[in-house]
Amino acid sequence: MTHDHEHHHEHGSDLSEMQLRTRALETILLEKGYIEPAAIDVLIETYEKKIGPRNGAQVVAKAWVDPRFRQWLFEDGTAAIGSLGFGGRSGNHLVALENTPSVHNMVVCTLCSCYPWAVLGLPPLWYKSAPYRSRTVADPRGVLADFGVTLPKDTEIRVWDSTAELRYLVVPTRPAGTEGWSEEKLADLVTRDSMIGTGLAKSPGDLK
Amino acid sequence: MNGAQDLGGMQGFGPVAPEPNEPVFHADWEKRAFALTLAMTMPGQWNIDMSRFARENRSPTEYLSMSYYQIWFAALETMVTERDLVSDDEIVVGHSLHPPKPVPRILSPSAVAQVLYRGGPTERESNTQARFNAGDRVRTKNINPPTHTRLPRYVRGRLGTIERVIGCHVFPDSNAQGAGENPQWLYTVRFDGRELWGADGDPSVTVSVDAWEPYLVPA
Repeated sequence: MTHDHEHHHEHGSDLSEMQLRTRALETILLEKGYIEPAAIDVLIETYEKKIGPRNGAQVVAKAWVDPRFRQWLFEDGTAAIGSLGFGGRSGNHLVALENTPSVHNMVVCTLCSCYPWAVLGLPPLWYKSAPYRSRTVADPRGVLADFGVTLPKDTEIRVWDSTAELRYLVVPTRPAGTEGWSEEKLADLVTRDSMIGTGLAKSPGDLK
Repeated sequence: MNGAQDLGGMQGFGPVAPEPNEPVFHADWEKRAFALTLAMTMPGQWNIDMSRFARENRSPTEYLSMSYYQIWFAALETMVTERDLVSDDEIVVGHSLHPPKPVPRILSPSAVAQVLYRGGPTERESNTQARFNAGDRVRTKNINPPTHTRLPRYVRGRLGTIERVIGCHVFPDSNAQGAGENPQWLYTVRFDGRELWGADGDPSVTVSVDAWEPYLVPA
Protein backbone atom coordinates (compact mmCIF):
# COMPACT_ATOMS: atom_id res chain seq x y z
CA MET A 1 0.00 0.00 0.00
CA THR A 2 1.67 3.23 -1.06
CA HIS A 3 0.25 6.65 -0.50
CA ASP A 4 1.46 9.95 -1.81
CA HIS A 5 1.51 12.31 1.10
CA GLU A 6 4.37 14.45 -0.09
CA HIS A 7 2.25 17.58 0.01
CA HIS A 8 1.59 17.58 3.72
CA HIS A 9 0.15 21.08 3.69
CA GLU A 10 -2.87 19.81 1.79
CA HIS A 11 -3.81 18.10 5.01
CA GLY A 12 -3.58 21.30 6.90
CA SER A 13 -0.69 20.16 9.06
CA ASP A 14 2.93 19.21 8.93
CA LEU A 15 2.27 15.62 9.94
CA SER A 16 4.62 13.12 8.38
CA GLU A 17 3.41 10.45 6.00
CA MET A 18 3.82 7.81 8.67
CA GLN A 19 1.84 9.84 11.20
CA LEU A 20 -0.97 10.17 8.69
CA ARG A 21 -0.94 6.53 7.75
CA THR A 22 -0.90 5.23 11.32
CA ARG A 23 -3.60 7.68 12.32
CA ALA A 24 -5.75 6.58 9.37
CA LEU A 25 -5.41 2.90 10.17
CA GLU A 26 -6.03 3.48 13.88
CA THR A 27 -9.20 5.40 12.98
CA ILE A 28 -10.45 2.57 10.80
CA LEU A 29 -9.68 -0.11 13.40
CA LEU A 30 -11.44 1.96 16.05
CA GLU A 31 -14.51 2.68 13.90
CA LYS A 32 -14.79 -1.03 13.15
CA GLY A 33 -14.53 -1.95 16.81
CA TYR A 34 -11.34 -3.99 16.53
CA ILE A 35 -9.45 -1.92 19.09
CA GLU A 36 -10.13 -0.01 22.29
CA PRO A 37 -8.11 3.22 22.33
CA ALA A 38 -7.41 2.95 26.05
CA ALA A 39 -5.79 -0.45 25.49
CA ILE A 40 -3.44 1.16 22.94
CA ASP A 41 -2.45 3.76 25.52
CA VAL A 42 -1.87 1.12 28.20
CA LEU A 43 0.35 -0.90 25.85
CA ILE A 44 2.47 2.16 25.08
CA GLU A 45 2.72 3.16 28.71
CA THR A 46 3.69 -0.37 29.72
CA TYR A 47 6.69 -0.49 27.40
CA GLU A 48 7.70 3.14 27.91
CA LYS A 49 7.51 3.13 31.69
CA LYS A 50 7.04 -0.29 33.27
CA ILE A 51 8.96 -2.97 31.41
CA GLY A 52 12.63 -2.15 30.88
CA PRO A 53 16.22 -3.09 31.66
CA ARG A 54 15.68 -2.40 35.34
CA ASN A 55 13.85 -5.76 35.45
CA GLY A 56 16.87 -7.60 34.10
CA ALA A 57 19.22 -5.68 36.38
CA GLN A 58 17.26 -6.99 39.36
CA VAL A 59 17.70 -10.55 38.10
CA VAL A 60 21.44 -10.09 37.63
CA ALA A 61 21.97 -8.41 40.98
CA LYS A 62 20.15 -11.25 42.73
CA ALA A 63 22.28 -13.79 40.89
CA TRP A 64 25.39 -11.96 42.11
CA VAL A 65 24.45 -12.17 45.78
CA ASP A 66 22.38 -15.34 46.07
CA PRO A 67 24.18 -18.57 45.04
CA ARG A 68 21.01 -20.66 45.17
CA PHE A 69 19.15 -18.24 42.93
CA ARG A 70 22.15 -18.13 40.62
CA GLN A 71 22.14 -21.91 40.25
CA TRP A 72 18.39 -21.95 39.63
CA LEU A 73 18.73 -19.12 37.09
CA PHE A 74 21.19 -21.09 34.96
CA GLU A 75 19.23 -24.34 35.32
CA ASP A 76 15.77 -22.94 34.66
CA GLY A 77 15.84 -19.29 33.65
CA THR A 78 12.09 -19.08 33.05
CA ALA A 79 11.19 -20.28 36.54
CA ALA A 80 13.89 -18.34 38.38
CA ILE A 81 13.11 -15.09 36.58
CA GLY A 82 9.39 -15.79 36.92
CA SER A 83 9.84 -15.92 40.70
CA LEU A 84 10.70 -12.20 40.53
CA GLY A 85 7.50 -11.51 38.61
CA PHE A 86 8.96 -11.22 35.10
CA GLY A 87 7.90 -13.28 32.12
CA GLY A 88 5.23 -13.56 29.49
CA ARG A 89 5.45 -11.87 26.15
CA SER A 90 8.96 -12.22 24.71
CA GLY A 91 9.97 -13.98 27.88
CA ASN A 92 7.95 -17.21 28.03
CA HIS A 93 11.13 -19.25 27.60
CA LEU A 94 14.10 -17.51 29.20
CA VAL A 95 17.69 -18.68 29.21
CA ALA A 96 20.38 -16.97 31.30
CA LEU A 97 23.94 -17.04 29.98
CA GLU A 98 26.84 -16.87 32.39
CA ASN A 99 29.76 -14.61 31.60
CA THR A 100 33.01 -15.65 33.30
CA PRO A 101 36.56 -14.33 33.05
CA SER A 102 37.12 -16.80 30.19
CA VAL A 103 33.72 -16.83 28.42
CA HIS A 104 31.78 -13.85 27.04
CA ASN A 105 28.24 -14.26 25.70
CA MET A 106 26.56 -12.02 23.11
CA VAL A 107 22.96 -12.15 21.93
CA VAL A 108 21.64 -11.25 18.48
CA CYS A 109 18.65 -11.97 16.25
CA THR A 110 19.91 -12.10 12.67
CA LEU A 111 16.44 -12.83 11.23
CA CYS A 112 14.38 -10.12 12.94
CA SER A 113 14.59 -8.53 16.37
CA CYS A 114 13.91 -11.22 18.98
CA TYR A 115 14.83 -9.79 22.36
CA PRO A 116 13.84 -10.60 25.96
CA TRP A 117 11.21 -7.87 26.36
CA ALA A 118 10.12 -9.23 29.74
CA VAL A 119 13.48 -8.41 31.31
CA LEU A 120 14.95 -5.72 29.04
CA GLY A 121 11.95 -3.95 27.53
CA LEU A 122 11.93 -3.11 23.83
CA PRO A 123 15.22 -3.37 21.97
CA PRO A 124 17.30 -0.31 21.08
CA LEU A 125 17.49 0.71 17.44
CA TRP A 126 21.03 -0.61 16.99
CA TYR A 127 19.96 -4.11 18.08
CA LYS A 128 17.41 -4.16 15.23
CA SER A 129 19.77 -2.57 12.71
CA ALA A 130 21.45 -4.24 9.74
CA PRO A 131 25.00 -3.54 11.00
CA TYR A 132 24.41 -5.39 14.28
CA ARG A 133 22.35 -8.24 12.84
CA SER A 134 24.78 -8.89 9.99
CA ARG A 135 28.12 -8.63 11.75
CA THR A 136 27.66 -10.05 15.25
CA VAL A 137 27.69 -13.68 14.13
CA ALA A 138 30.77 -13.23 11.92
CA ASP A 139 32.84 -10.60 13.72
CA PRO A 140 31.68 -10.23 17.31
CA ARG A 141 34.98 -8.67 18.37
CA GLY A 142 34.55 -5.99 15.72
CA VAL A 143 31.05 -5.28 17.03
CA LEU A 144 32.36 -5.10 20.59
CA ALA A 145 34.93 -2.56 19.39
CA ASP A 146 32.05 -0.38 18.14
CA PHE A 147 30.89 -0.34 21.76
CA GLY A 148 34.37 0.43 23.03
CA VAL A 149 34.80 -3.04 24.50
CA THR A 150 38.01 -5.02 23.99
CA LEU A 151 38.34 -8.52 25.42
CA PRO A 152 41.53 -10.58 25.78
CA LYS A 153 42.33 -12.58 22.64
CA ASP A 154 41.89 -15.89 24.43
CA THR A 155 38.45 -15.06 25.83
CA GLU A 156 35.95 -17.43 24.28
CA ILE A 157 33.09 -15.57 22.64
CA ARG A 158 29.76 -17.33 22.38
CA VAL A 159 27.20 -15.71 20.12
CA TRP A 160 23.56 -16.75 20.52
CA ASP A 161 21.32 -16.14 17.50
CA SER A 162 17.72 -16.02 18.79
CA THR A 163 16.06 -18.03 16.04
CA ALA A 164 13.25 -19.58 18.14
CA GLU A 165 11.09 -18.32 21.02
CA LEU A 166 13.87 -18.72 23.58
CA ARG A 167 15.00 -15.36 24.86
CA TYR A 168 18.53 -14.94 26.16
CA LEU A 169 19.74 -12.81 29.05
CA VAL A 170 23.45 -12.37 29.64
CA VAL A 171 24.56 -12.31 33.27
CA PRO A 172 27.71 -10.17 33.28
CA THR A 173 30.56 -10.80 35.69
CA ARG A 174 30.28 -8.99 39.00
CA PRO A 175 32.62 -6.02 39.15
CA ALA A 176 35.46 -6.01 41.67
CA GLY A 177 35.13 -3.81 44.71
CA THR A 178 31.44 -4.52 45.29
CA GLU A 179 31.73 -6.90 48.22
CA GLY A 180 28.89 -6.47 50.69
CA TRP A 181 26.79 -4.28 48.35
CA SER A 182 23.01 -4.59 48.49
CA GLU A 183 21.10 -6.01 45.52
CA GLU A 184 19.60 -2.61 44.90
CA LYS A 185 22.95 -0.89 44.75
CA LEU A 186 24.41 -3.65 42.58
CA ALA A 187 21.53 -3.32 40.13
CA ASP A 188 22.74 0.21 39.36
CA LEU A 189 25.89 -1.34 37.88
CA VAL A 190 23.98 -3.59 35.49
CA THR A 191 23.57 -1.86 32.15
CA ARG A 192 21.22 -2.94 29.40
CA ASP A 193 24.18 -3.55 27.09
CA SER A 194 25.88 -5.76 29.66
CA MET A 195 22.80 -8.01 29.57
CA ILE A 196 22.93 -8.22 25.75
CA GLY A 197 26.67 -8.83 25.78
CA THR A 198 27.76 -5.67 23.99
CA GLY A 199 28.95 -4.15 27.24
CA LEU A 200 30.27 -4.99 30.68
CA ALA A 201 28.79 -4.11 34.04
CA LYS A 202 29.87 -0.74 35.38
CA SER A 203 32.53 -0.61 38.03
CA PRO A 204 31.91 1.19 41.33
CA GLY A 205 33.97 4.14 40.08
CA ASP A 206 31.56 4.66 37.13
CA LEU A 207 28.71 5.50 39.51
CA LYS A 208 30.42 8.57 40.95
CA MET B 1 12.55 -17.06 2.41
CA ASN B 2 15.94 -15.89 1.28
CA GLY B 3 15.04 -12.26 1.87
CA ALA B 4 16.83 -9.24 3.21
CA GLN B 5 15.73 -10.06 6.76
CA ASP B 6 18.26 -12.91 6.79
CA LEU B 7 21.21 -10.65 7.49
CA GLY B 8 23.71 -12.88 9.31
CA GLY B 9 27.15 -12.64 7.72
CA MET B 10 26.36 -9.90 5.19
CA GLN B 11 28.99 -7.21 4.84
CA GLY B 12 29.06 -3.54 4.05
CA PHE B 13 26.52 -2.10 6.50
CA GLY B 14 29.20 -0.25 8.44
CA PRO B 15 29.68 0.06 12.17
CA VAL B 16 26.99 -0.37 14.82
CA ALA B 17 25.95 3.06 16.04
CA PRO B 18 24.56 3.03 19.59
CA GLU B 19 22.50 6.11 20.42
CA PRO B 20 23.20 7.62 23.86
CA ASN B 21 20.10 7.97 26.06
CA GLU B 22 17.92 6.48 23.37
CA PRO B 23 14.16 6.89 23.88
CA VAL B 24 11.95 3.79 23.66
CA PHE B 25 10.27 5.28 20.59
CA HIS B 26 11.56 7.93 18.20
CA ALA B 27 8.21 9.31 17.04
CA ASP B 28 4.61 9.24 18.15
CA TRP B 29 3.58 7.16 15.12
CA GLU B 30 6.07 4.47 16.15
CA LYS B 31 4.22 4.09 19.45
CA ARG B 32 0.94 3.73 17.61
CA ALA B 33 2.33 1.28 15.04
CA PHE B 34 3.80 -0.82 17.83
CA ALA B 35 0.72 -0.86 20.05
CA LEU B 36 -1.73 -1.38 17.17
CA THR B 37 0.30 -4.39 16.06
CA LEU B 38 0.16 -5.89 19.55
CA ALA B 39 -3.52 -5.11 20.06
CA MET B 40 -4.48 -6.57 16.69
CA THR B 41 -3.11 -9.99 17.63
CA MET B 42 -6.05 -10.28 20.05
CA PRO B 43 -8.77 -10.87 17.41
CA GLY B 44 -6.79 -14.02 16.53
CA GLN B 45 -6.70 -13.60 12.77
CA TRP B 46 -2.98 -14.49 12.48
CA ASN B 47 -0.12 -15.89 14.55
CA ILE B 48 3.35 -14.53 15.31
CA ASP B 49 5.00 -16.55 12.54
CA MET B 50 2.57 -15.11 9.99
CA SER B 51 3.45 -11.63 11.31
CA ARG B 52 7.14 -12.28 10.86
CA PHE B 53 6.57 -13.51 7.33
CA ALA B 54 4.43 -10.47 6.51
CA ARG B 55 7.37 -8.29 7.59
CA GLU B 56 10.08 -10.11 5.68
CA ASN B 57 8.06 -10.88 2.55
CA ARG B 58 9.07 -7.88 0.46
CA SER B 59 11.85 -7.07 -1.97
CA PRO B 60 15.28 -6.71 -0.36
CA THR B 61 15.53 -3.19 -1.75
CA GLU B 62 12.35 -2.22 0.03
CA TYR B 63 13.15 -4.07 3.26
CA LEU B 64 16.52 -2.39 3.64
CA SER B 65 15.17 1.07 2.86
CA MET B 66 12.41 0.94 5.49
CA SER B 67 12.75 1.72 9.18
CA TYR B 68 11.92 -0.95 11.74
CA TYR B 69 8.45 0.33 12.58
CA GLN B 70 7.71 1.16 8.95
CA ILE B 71 8.13 -2.57 8.32
CA TRP B 72 5.88 -3.40 11.27
CA PHE B 73 3.24 -1.00 10.05
CA ALA B 74 3.39 -2.22 6.45
CA ALA B 75 2.97 -5.79 7.69
CA LEU B 76 -0.02 -4.78 9.81
CA GLU B 77 -1.68 -3.12 6.81
CA THR B 78 -1.00 -6.24 4.75
CA MET B 79 -2.47 -8.56 7.37
CA VAL B 80 -5.63 -6.59 8.08
CA THR B 81 -6.37 -6.27 4.37
CA GLU B 82 -5.50 -9.90 3.52
CA ARG B 83 -7.85 -11.10 6.28
CA ASP B 84 -10.63 -8.77 5.07
CA LEU B 85 -10.70 -6.89 8.35
CA VAL B 86 -10.06 -3.68 6.43
CA SER B 87 -10.37 -2.99 2.71
CA ASP B 88 -8.08 -1.00 0.44
CA ASP B 89 -10.63 1.75 -0.16
CA GLU B 90 -10.91 2.28 3.60
CA ILE B 91 -7.15 2.68 3.87
CA VAL B 92 -7.25 5.29 1.11
CA VAL B 93 -9.90 7.44 2.84
CA GLY B 94 -8.85 6.68 6.42
CA HIS B 95 -12.32 5.69 7.58
CA SER B 96 -14.49 2.63 7.87
CA LEU B 97 -16.73 2.28 4.80
CA HIS B 98 -17.99 -1.27 5.27
CA PRO B 99 -19.39 -3.32 8.16
CA PRO B 100 -16.72 -4.91 10.35
CA LYS B 101 -15.82 -8.56 10.09
CA PRO B 102 -16.95 -10.30 13.27
CA VAL B 103 -13.97 -11.20 15.47
CA PRO B 104 -14.05 -13.38 18.60
CA ARG B 105 -12.39 -10.87 20.95
CA ILE B 106 -10.55 -7.60 21.17
CA LEU B 107 -8.01 -6.31 23.67
CA SER B 108 -9.53 -4.38 26.56
CA PRO B 109 -7.40 -2.00 28.61
CA SER B 110 -7.98 -3.99 31.79
CA ALA B 111 -6.70 -7.18 30.12
CA VAL B 112 -3.41 -5.77 28.83
CA ALA B 113 -1.24 -6.71 31.82
CA GLN B 114 -2.65 -10.20 31.98
CA VAL B 115 -2.35 -10.78 28.22
CA LEU B 116 1.27 -9.62 28.24
CA TYR B 117 2.07 -11.74 31.28
CA ARG B 118 0.60 -14.79 29.60
CA GLY B 119 2.59 -14.08 26.44
CA GLY B 120 2.76 -16.82 23.84
CA PRO B 121 4.42 -19.99 25.12
CA THR B 122 5.44 -22.22 22.20
CA GLU B 123 6.35 -25.42 24.06
CA ARG B 124 3.97 -28.31 23.40
CA GLU B 125 3.45 -31.85 24.70
CA SER B 126 5.14 -34.49 22.62
CA ASN B 127 4.57 -38.18 22.16
CA THR B 128 7.77 -38.64 20.18
CA GLN B 129 11.33 -39.06 21.37
CA ALA B 130 13.89 -36.42 20.55
CA ARG B 131 16.11 -37.82 17.80
CA PHE B 132 19.26 -36.11 19.08
CA ASN B 133 21.00 -35.80 22.43
CA ALA B 134 23.34 -33.17 23.79
CA GLY B 135 26.80 -33.74 22.32
CA ASP B 136 25.57 -35.30 19.07
CA ARG B 137 27.12 -34.02 15.88
CA VAL B 138 24.57 -32.83 13.34
CA ARG B 139 24.54 -31.16 9.96
CA THR B 140 21.96 -28.57 9.04
CA LYS B 141 20.08 -29.17 5.83
CA ASN B 142 20.54 -26.97 2.83
CA ILE B 143 16.98 -25.73 2.46
CA ASN B 144 15.75 -22.68 0.55
CA PRO B 145 11.99 -22.44 1.03
CA PRO B 146 10.29 -19.38 -0.46
CA THR B 147 8.13 -19.42 2.68
CA HIS B 148 8.99 -18.55 6.29
CA THR B 149 11.85 -20.42 7.93
CA ARG B 150 14.01 -19.82 10.99
CA LEU B 151 17.14 -21.52 9.69
CA PRO B 152 19.41 -18.64 8.67
CA ARG B 153 21.40 -18.98 5.45
CA TYR B 154 24.77 -18.69 7.17
CA VAL B 155 24.26 -21.95 9.08
CA ARG B 156 22.77 -24.06 6.27
CA GLY B 157 24.74 -27.17 5.33
CA ARG B 158 27.04 -26.70 8.32
CA LEU B 159 28.37 -29.12 10.89
CA GLY B 160 27.49 -28.38 14.49
CA THR B 161 26.99 -29.94 17.90
CA ILE B 162 23.76 -30.29 19.84
CA GLU B 163 24.31 -28.19 22.92
CA ARG B 164 20.92 -28.62 24.48
CA VAL B 165 17.62 -30.38 23.87
CA ILE B 166 15.14 -27.57 24.51
CA GLY B 167 11.79 -29.28 24.15
CA CYS B 168 9.05 -29.67 21.61
CA HIS B 169 8.01 -26.31 20.14
CA VAL B 170 5.63 -24.90 17.54
CA PHE B 171 7.30 -25.20 14.12
CA PRO B 172 7.30 -21.74 12.51
CA ASP B 173 7.84 -23.07 8.97
CA SER B 174 4.46 -24.75 9.25
CA ASN B 175 2.65 -22.26 11.51
CA ALA B 176 3.49 -19.29 9.26
CA GLN B 177 1.66 -20.96 6.38
CA GLY B 178 -1.48 -21.70 8.37
CA ALA B 179 -0.60 -25.40 8.18
CA GLY B 180 -0.88 -25.91 11.92
CA GLU B 181 1.56 -25.74 14.80
CA ASN B 182 3.14 -29.08 13.88
CA PRO B 183 5.36 -29.06 17.01
CA GLN B 184 8.89 -30.38 16.55
CA TRP B 185 11.85 -31.01 18.83
CA LEU B 186 13.97 -27.93 19.20
CA TYR B 187 17.70 -27.89 19.90
CA THR B 188 20.42 -25.37 20.55
CA VAL B 189 23.08 -26.17 17.96
CA ARG B 190 26.56 -24.76 18.31
CA PHE B 191 28.93 -24.08 15.43
CA ASP B 192 32.61 -23.31 15.43
CA GLY B 193 33.39 -19.91 13.92
CA ARG B 194 35.66 -21.49 11.32
CA GLU B 195 32.99 -23.95 10.24
CA LEU B 196 30.81 -20.96 9.39
CA TRP B 197 33.33 -18.48 8.06
CA GLY B 198 36.25 -20.59 6.85
CA ALA B 199 39.89 -20.57 7.80
CA ASP B 200 39.82 -16.82 8.46
CA GLY B 201 37.09 -17.23 11.08
CA ASP B 202 37.97 -16.29 14.65
CA PRO B 203 38.85 -19.58 16.41
CA SER B 204 37.76 -18.14 19.77
CA VAL B 205 34.17 -17.66 18.51
CA THR B 206 31.26 -20.08 18.50
CA VAL B 207 27.76 -19.28 17.27
CA SER B 208 24.60 -21.06 18.41
CA VAL B 209 21.18 -21.11 16.82
CA ASP B 210 17.99 -22.77 17.99
CA ALA B 211 17.06 -25.28 15.31
CA TRP B 212 14.05 -27.54 14.91
CA GLU B 213 14.59 -31.23 14.19
CA PRO B 214 13.41 -31.04 10.55
CA TYR B 215 16.39 -28.72 9.88
CA LEU B 216 18.92 -31.33 11.04
CA VAL B 217 20.46 -34.63 9.94
CA PRO B 218 22.90 -36.82 11.90
CA ALA B 219 26.56 -36.26 11.07
